[in-house]
Amino acid sequence: MPIVILNRRNLLAAGGAVLATGVSGLFMPARAEGLAPTPSMPGGSNNYRGGAPIVDRIGKGGFWMSGTVRRAGDGAPLSGQRVQIWAHTTEGREHEPQSHGATLTDKNGMFRLEMPQIVPIFGQPHGHLAYDSGEYKTVFLRPVMRSAKDTSLEAHFVLQPV
Amino acid sequence: MRSARVALIWAALAAAIGVPIAAAAASPLLAWRDPLYILAGFAGIVALGAMLVQPLLIGGYLPGLSGRLGRRAHHWIGGTLVAAVVIHVGGLWITSPPDMIDALLFASPTPFSPWGVIAMWAIFAVALLAAFRRRLGPRKWRIAHLLLAIVIVAGSVVHGLLIEGTMETASKAALCMLVLAAAIKVMADLQGWRKRGSLRGQNIARQ
Repeated sequence: MPIVILNRRNLLAAGGAVLATGVSGLFMPARAEGLAPTPSMPGGSNNYRGGAPIVDRIGKGGFWMSGTVRRAGDGAPLSGQRVQIWAHTTEGREHEPQSHGATLTDKNGMFRLEMPQIVPIFGQPHGHLAYDSGEYKTVFLRPVMRSAKDTSLEAHFVLQPV
Repeated sequence: MRSARVALIWAALAAAIGVPIAAAAASPLLAWRDPLYILAGFAGIVALGAMLVQPLLIGGYLPGLSGRLGRRAHHWIGGTLVAAVVIHVGGLWITSPPDMIDALLFASPTPFSPWGVIAMWAIFAVALLAAFRRRLGPRKWRIAHLLLAIVIVAGSVVHGLLIEGTMETASKAALCMLVLAAAIKVMADLQGWRKRGSLRGQNIARQ
């Protein structure tokens, strides 16, 4: 069942590449040789604080950050992976500890963390995500919201074993 | 009649700069920014406003500020522009050092950053050249200033338009278009440059 979902995702990503890359710039259409790892995005690690605690929710919530974590090559979903999330929100600046939190992926490699509303900072409404646990190569993402009024944002990781 | 025209020109200029500043002051984003970040943002808006005044002064379009007085005002506002850019960049640096460093190194993910950084260096270059303009000679100085002014105006307008920040979209676009129009007008008005040059006994007319 998860495999079916992932195939559909890949199809969507390949077909609607404009949308997918416009939103996150993360999806690479699956090729014959396998799924390519996600490269870190420019500025992705800015104001990163390693070791943010795993939380049920950052601050008072109201905004949803979600995404998937998969393995490069076969695209298998990776469960139990720690994803760190931070942003400039209505409750704090990007570098402040209360703006940071972490969550774990479920058995389908999906994660979802509620956080305060992201507001534009440095000219773009954007969030930051990190995979930085050592088992796979570290990846920093910096997805941009299509509109500052959006109340959710997605980012997807394809990780490469170290 | 003449005084009405004078009042109208000054009122229009005050509105062109004042309305975008007032609109930005009403931005909901300010609630989530600290004072230094707000100051840095407004320094950028003031710099954009100064860019509208500069060509108007040098073209002698502002009543009461033509000729020598206009050029003196142009120098002072040029200095203000440099100061505003320093506050803009310095304030943003302190607000988020990695983002500012990325921008200055042309490694920023935001498409507007390189335009702003290029305009910044062009502004600093004009200020530096202005200090040595006598050694440079009037002809070289004018060509250098003209070329750098094109870079400054184009860079700043693109920089401003691409940013999603405290400025309200329509008033920002209007100010940017006016900055562009004023620069094009004064540059096309080469006759004005020549006249002033010959008045000062500088032979740049038909070389």
